[in-house]
Parts: sequence; structure tokens; C-alpha cells
Amino acid sequence: MNPLLRETASQTAGPYVHIGLAPSAAGFEIFEKNFGNVLTTPQTQGERIRIEGIVTDGSGTPVRDVLVEIWQANAAGKYNHPGDRQEGRAIDPGFRGWGRACSDFETGLYSFETIKPGSVTGRNGRPMAPHINFWIVARGINIGLHTRMYFSDETAANANDPVINLIEWQVRRQTLIAKREEHANGVVYRFDIRLQGENETVFFDI
Amino acid sequence: MTRAPQPGDEFLMRDTTSHPPAHAPGYKTSVLRSPRNALISLQQSLSEVTAPVYSADEFGPLDNDLIKNGAKNGLPVGERLIVHGYVRDQFGRPVKNALVEVWQANASGRYRHKKDTYIGALDPNFGGCGRMLTDENGYYVFRTIKPGPYPWRNRVNDWRPSHIHYAISGDGWVQRLITQMYFEGDPLIPTCPILRSIPDEEQIRGLIALQDTGSFVQLDSRAYRFDIVLRGHRATLFENIVQGAAQ
Repeated sequence: MNPLLRETASQTAGPYVHIGLAPSAAGFEIFEKNFGNVLTTPQTQGERIRIEGIVTDGSGTPVRDVLVEIWQANAAGKYNHPGDRQEGRAIDPGFRGWGRACSDFETGLYSFETIKPGSVTGRNGRPMAPHINFWIVARGINIGLHTRMYFSDETAANANDPVINLIEWQVRRQTLIAKREEHANGVVYRFDIRLQGENETVFFDI
Repeated sequence: MTRAPQPGDEFLMRDTTSHPPAHAPGYKTSVLRSPRNALISLQQSLSEVTAPVYSADEFGPLDNDLIKNGAKNGLPVGERLIVHGYVRDQFGRPVKNALVEVWQANASGRYRHKKDTYIGALDPNFGGCGRMLTDENGYYVFRTIKPGPYPWRNRVNDWRPSHIHYAISGDGWVQRLITQMYFEGDPLIPTCPILRSIPDEEQIRGLIALQDTGSFVQLDSRAYRFDIVLRGHRATLFENIVQGAAQ
């Protein structure tokens, strides 16, 4: 008999996920401190960026009730977690590296205010290109979807990234690259996520 | 049992047979929201084995008391309950300092959400969400009222059994999990299309909380026990290849 316990079964987040994870989006205030889509404080080190995009379903329609979380390293390429033992890189006390955002109920647009992460060392000492980890849940998603966002201005690093290179199809690799845009009020990376169909985003079993 | 894992060690590969498939036609919304391509399997790196860390000072004293945290001028209507249990990994080890977030409908089956238009009444004294961290033993507890069942647009006469939504964040990004807890004996359980999306009876039973008479508060509240298992955290043997040098 296998001595391992089985992981608890996943269930959809449902249409009212905002009540639990982002009550102000549901239309009320209940907690004193809320988890949100702004990862930076004035003390955070690194280049300020905004990430925005739309999640679409298999018909191309925006998913307006999606919840997206991101997890990323700081500007030095260090995760704010005791498991990151990379030498010579410091934790930034002004940066946890985690946030969550709800799409707009009308437009479907989600956004984060964060910083561009540094490169993190991957397995066997191979550097990974700067990237941000995404987790996507919504009504109709039975188990949270994992993907990664990479940066369009990191062409050389992306070409050597061990995870991007696992994706056999060149055409599908492009679904992970967010496009850098210089706006009047700062740098925006556009990252649209397609759950199904043409140009379906690459999702990972991690 | 292997030696205890350290932060930054690997997690067990996910057993996909423990979960509903992304495409479960009985739950109609999943049809257009499920990827058609196979997931790309990754060996874990620091990006997958680390996760956000939370501290107790981010939480208010009523965050895990749903009977009081949404109350305006009295108590919410409904059956008073305590829900508690342990968050463990697949090796049975406690997952301490895990973030547990819960949300639910009120006793009428109505959610405090601007998109919920069900005729069931809102309760001015009930918000419907709570959150907490597990302790050193992986234990969590919250107080609430029993959520009501409600109809939903799937087939025209589908009703959700009473349930509480859970989101859990453990010690690694791979452990992130969203699920729902159900109540022992609910007659809507056998026909719920969302619950039936899980193709394994043992895994369905794992989502059904049992009444726990030993934890009742006399003349006050009943109790239910709901334990959660997250991905197993294992010691990385011989070479710490997740973040070590090339071999």
C-alpha cells in the first residue's frame, strides 16, 4: 500500500471567489489589511513596471471573473522565502513578491504594480531568464492554471532559458513573452492569457 | 519516513488522478475555460519550491470569526458552527504558517457579492469570508454559520450542496490549492455536477466534512472537522539540484 496521503481534490474557485480573496471587488470591506495587486512600497528596489492583460476563453471572450496571482523574485533575483539560499543576493525587506488581482467585471482587464525581477539560478546552476510565476483561477477552471511570464526585452536570456526551451513548439513559446510598452506614466508589460484555442497559452504541470 | 525536508527542497509530482480534469462537460462552464493542450511538465526550480510568507500581524482578531466579522447590529441568522482541522502534506507532516482563506454563502444561500442576484435574502450581519494562518501543528479553526444550498445556472434544476470555499497557500508555490468543503449527509451531494467532476469516490469523500461532536461548544455551536492535504515536501537526496551547481 502506498503510504502517501493523497492531495486534497481541487475544486473551482467559482464565480464569487472575490468574496474570499478580494472582498472589496465583491463590493464590501471587511478586513483591516487586504492582499492586493500592488507589490511595491516606496522602499522597494528595482525598475517599476505595470503588468496588464486580459484572460480570454476558447471563444475569444474576456474572462471577466478571473483571479490572477503572481509570485516573483526581487530585483536581485532572490525570492523572499527561507528556501532561497542563493549566495550573494539579499532579500529586499520592502518586497514580498506576491500579489493578486481581479479582472475588471466590464472589460476583463487585470493589472499589477510591481518591479522587474532579476534572473534566478535554476536547476543545476543554469540561470533562468527573468520571469514572473502566474496562477489563474475562476469559475469553470477546475484546477488552478500555472504559467510564467517572460519579458520581451530579454531576448538573449529568453533564448537560453531552460523552461522556455522545454517547449517543443517555437510558436507556442511566444505565448509566454509579455510585450514591453513605454507609456507616458511608466513601463507596461502586456500579458494576455488565452485559456483555450488559437495561440493557447502554455500552462505548466509544476 | 525520509529525513525531514528543508525549505527549498522539492515537492512530489502532482497525481492528476486526484483531481477533476480541466474539461468536465457536466460542469458546463469548464468547456470553454479548459486548455486543450497538454500541460508542460517542469522539474521544480526555486520559482516552484518557494512561496509567499505571511505574518500574524497582517490579520485582525476577527478575521477567523465569520459570526462577528460582518456583523452590523446583531448576530447573523443560521446554524452556528465551528469548522476546524489540520493542513498536512502527503507525508503527514504539518504545514505550519499556511494561509487558509474561506468564503461562503449565508444561511439563505446568498452571497454578499454584487454579481449574485439570487432571490435568497442578504443578511445584514453576515459578510461570508474569513482567513487565518495554521499554527505549529498545521491546525486551523474558524467560526461561522452553516451556508445554505442555492440554485445555479448549469442545468435548470441544479442546486449546489451547502459548501465552504477554501484557498490554501503552503510552503511552496506548487502547493497552492483551491477547493470546497461539503457537509456530511447533504442530499444534494450525490448529484452536484461540480463535485462529480472529480472522477474518484475516495477523493470526493475527502471533501465531505464530518460532524465532530467532541468539539461541540455546549448550548452554543456544533462542529465539523475538515483536514486538508497539500503536495508532499521531500528531502532532496544526495545533491541539492534544485539550486545547486552543475554536476
